[in-house]
Amino acid sequence: MTQPIRLKDHEKDARLVRNRVVVGAIVVVALIGVLIARLYFLQVVQYDYHSTKSENNRVHVQSIPPSRGLIYDRSGLVVADNRPSFSLSVTRERSGDWRQVLDVLVEVLQLTPDDRALFEKRVRQGRRPFEPVPILFELTEEQIARVAVNQFRLPGVEVVAQLVRHYPQGAHFAHSVGYMGRINEAELKTLDPVNYSGTHHIGKTGIERFYEAELHGQVGYEEVETNARGRILRVLKRTDPVPGKDIVLSLDIKLQEAAEEALGGRRGAVVALDPATGEVLAMVSQPSFDPNLFVTGIGFKAYAELRDSIDRPLFNRVLRGLYPPGSTIKPAVAIAGLDSGVVSPSTRVFDPGYYELPNYDHKYRNWNRTGDGWVDLDTAIMRSNDTYFYDLAHKLGIDRLSTYMNKFGLGQKVSLDMFEESPGLMPSREWKRSTRRQAWFPGETLILGIGQGYMQATPLQLAQATALVANKGVWNRPHLAKTIEGQKPLDNDPMPDIVLRNPSDWEKVSHGMQQVMHGARGTARKAAVGSQYLIAGKSGTAQVVAIKQGEKYDRSKVQERHRDHALFVGFAPANNPKIAVAVMVENGESGSGVAAPVVRQVMDAWLLGPDGKLKPEYADSTPLQVMP
Amino acid sequence: MIANFDRILSSEDVMRRRATLLQRMHIDGPLLVLLLTLAAGSLFVLYSASGKSWDLLIKQATSFGIGLVSMFVIAQLEPRFMARWVPLTYVLGVMLLVVVDVMGHNAMGATRWINIPGVIRFQPSEFMKILMPATIAWYLSKRTLPPQLKHVAISLMLIGVPFILIVRQPDLGTSLLVLAGGAFVLFMGGLRWRWIISVLAAAIPVAVGMWFFIMHDYQKQRILTFLDPESDPLGTGWNIIQSKAAIGSGGVFGKGWLLGTQSHLDFLPESHTDFIIAVMGEEFGLVGICALLLLYLLLIGRGLVITAQAQTLFGKLLAGSLTMTFFVYVFVNIGMVSGLLPVVGVPLPFISYGGTSLVTLLSAFGVLMSIHTHRKWIAQV
Repeated sequence: MTQPIRLKDHEKDARLVRNRVVVGAIVVVALIGVLIARLYFLQVVQYDYHSTKSENNRVHVQSIPPSRGLIYDRSGLVVADNRPSFSLSVTRERSGDWRQVLDVLVEVLQLTPDDRALFEKRVRQGRRPFEPVPILFELTEEQIARVAVNQFRLPGVEVVAQLVRHYPQGAHFAHSVGYMGRINEAELKTLDPVNYSGTHHIGKTGIERFYEAELHGQVGYEEVETNARGRILRVLKRTDPVPGKDIVLSLDIKLQEAAEEALGGRRGAVVALDPATGEVLAMVSQPSFDPNLFVTGIGFKAYAELRDSIDRPLFNRVLRGLYPPGSTIKPAVAIAGLDSGVVSPSTRVFDPGYYELPNYDHKYRNWNRTGDGWVDLDTAIMRSNDTYFYDLAHKLGIDRLSTYMNKFGLGQKVSLDMFEESPGLMPSREWKRSTRRQAWFPGETLILGIGQGYMQATPLQLAQATALVANKGVWNRPHLAKTIEGQKPLDNDPMPDIVLRNPSDWEKVSHGMQQVMHGARGTARKAAVGSQYLIAGKSGTAQVVAIKQGEKYDRSKVQERHRDHALFVGFAPANNPKIAVAVMVENGESGSGVAAPVVRQVMDAWLLGPDGKLKPEYADSTPLQVMP
Repeated sequence: MIANFDRILSSEDVMRRRATLLQRMHIDGPLLVLLLTLAAGSLFVLYSASGKSWDLLIKQATSFGIGLVSMFVIAQLEPRFMARWVPLTYVLGVMLLVVVDVMGHNAMGATRWINIPGVIRFQPSEFMKILMPATIAWYLSKRTLPPQLKHVAISLMLIGVPFILIVRQPDLGTSLLVLAGGAFVLFMGGLRWRWIISVLAAAIPVAVGMWFFIMHDYQKQRILTFLDPESDPLGTGWNIIQSKAAIGSGGVFGKGWLLGTQSHLDFLPESHTDFIIAVMGEEFGLVGICALLLLYLLLIGRGLVITAQAQTLFGKLLAGSLTMTFFVYVFVNIGMVSGLLPVVGVPLPFISYGGTSLVTLLSAFGVLMSIHTHRKWIAQV
């Protein structure tokens, strides 16, 4: 089949091309129409959306952390302040391979793999994208220089100056003011993410924790214009942060130091209260530790050392140390007996050196094996006679005893602003039924009368029970903060005052306690020798290891750590109480011999002027003689 | 309307027109005015997009000058002269691409360039942008129109070889423009509609088949991000998200010259090269881009008029293809920056910073001018 010969037809070609030109022109116009439609969509229909997006790109809201409130002691001495410190922060998003950057950092600063592990943990705790996370604090001049020189190898790493908590008084207030530390993951979940957006530290214990909200303040903002790499170009708007409130403590540095000195390096606790106000004047738990270690993150090793030390420096003995109160509880038990009418001040009990319940052959021993003969209330307190109080407790019964002890704050938290406080334990019939599934035995009531058995109290509770006797039953919850930005702290859950049917019962008990110190046979009379004022006191012994029936406590056979804890409570001046003190000396054995002198030293430090005489404002209206 | 334009001109008209200075210099007035306007506008936008860099501005102005000289020189060449040398140049160009391919594989990295240190450094693929349509135009102008299947097949081979070489570099943007340059000649040459439609129709099942039977998962993923960049907001998607935000936030009238935050704060990548339209959109708004589109439209319109008025088939096919390819530049660039099309490296003609593309584009317009100003008034046999 032959193909027809095709001749070139220029007319036809030109027509063909012209047709295609027309088609091309139509396509061009149509597609330009599509482009314009697309631009219309972006620039008119979606204008708001893109405009916001572009603005968000450009404007970053940056939080300005408020400066934390300062803490002063009652004399105006700074206990906690904020100190500028250089820290190293890493922004993960700007570091590229941040793990490698950490490797370089460890190499540049000549740190250990332990530090690197810590860094990695901290970087992982970063909350928001593009947030610089501080990983190393308290940089030295040399470290800053090393980072600067190697900056090119450390993308996303910067040296930042920030305010960091500092405790100029070191260990003195570690157990009362507490310390701050980095916010951990658990805390992060409960914190207000807005107010804490610029904050990396939070109060962990003590005042720092309890008054966290007041101390922290309100975060401020800065709207800044940034470029794509996050560099701040200028500040557009600024809302200043509201600094945290300053707190003045009721604690007094001089009394605190005197109390520490009085303990003389022994393990133990001292609490001093102003009975009339509930202000805590001194709060010592020894041994203590340097709270500054915790602020910027304590190393694994240092922490393990503190945690595992046999002396337990991190343990707050004042608030969390639970001890059987021993004989120090007798004044409160005496009040219970008098007020409920089971004894009168003149009721007498014969003490043969032990007490026996009818129909039981168990002998409840007096500490004095030979017995004190006939004893009334006054003598019972003075001599710390166990037999009298076994009898009293038996007559009172567990239910009334438990109720009265609760009124004195035992078995519940007594403080207003102490975060760690333990409620202790005041047993009752219901308590035993629900926790041990056992009935209450009468013998258990007896030993409660002398502060043994299930009963457990903190030194703070003992101090408060003593302050209540001093203050004639008027409750003021113990508190560490005297004022917060000039305002007294409010008690939202006040304890009801202890109102006695016969208010003179307070004086009866107080008199017994004065006899302890000043009476001819007072158990702690040695501690009151040369006193410029009248002291009311009561010693106590907290057993560490139980003694078997018929066995005698022989100190030479008991290991040092198993020896009894020495307790002593007291207030002074007895007729115009200005200070109530509770002391616990761990394994100190003798309340009157070891703990009482500590109480006396603390009272002297508070009540005596530089001349060694009672300060005039604390003058006792009554003469320096205990009335017979 | 303009179908008989040539014939209604009297010889006096022709003489008068030829007498103008521009005509004698083989320069087309309307094109020159439009190009200069675009150049001036380009420098304006570039100053802002480059972060007020005079350095860049001077370089771009210099490139523009070189491009104009190149355009002027090319405009002096007669289309017939071009047609004569096209086949040889095409072979030479393909050889250079092969050299790039081989050298590129030997020395990793600069696979697009031929670099004779101290002598010359250029991209053979750039030449192909003009050479490709010229070759196909040369080939088809010697055949009867519309092209027969055999001629179409040969044309496709001629297009395919350089196309594949450039894709291998890899330079998707340029290869696309080269492909468009060749394909538009076929289109202008009257490629049958049913072929065009059947090729487009066949592409869909082939693509679907490849998707399900040939491609690996990672390749599919790559294509998915290519088609939907916003699924990868910190990688490929970043550019598109930011450029859309730039254009969109410009609104109708724009934020004002030098006041675009997206580009000045470095959120917009490639703001002075491929993504420069986003800077325009942000600073001059819808109005600014429409004005630019109008200039482009006029330029394309003039190109199509030149196509229609060209006397030789070679001239018609070449002019038509160059004009339509120019439009592909515009459409693909604005389409990709505004998120309509996937991102391929196609600059915005005359506005984007870059000397090579500027010289190539102006040379192409030189070809158009040559075609238009070397017309003869006696019909050719």
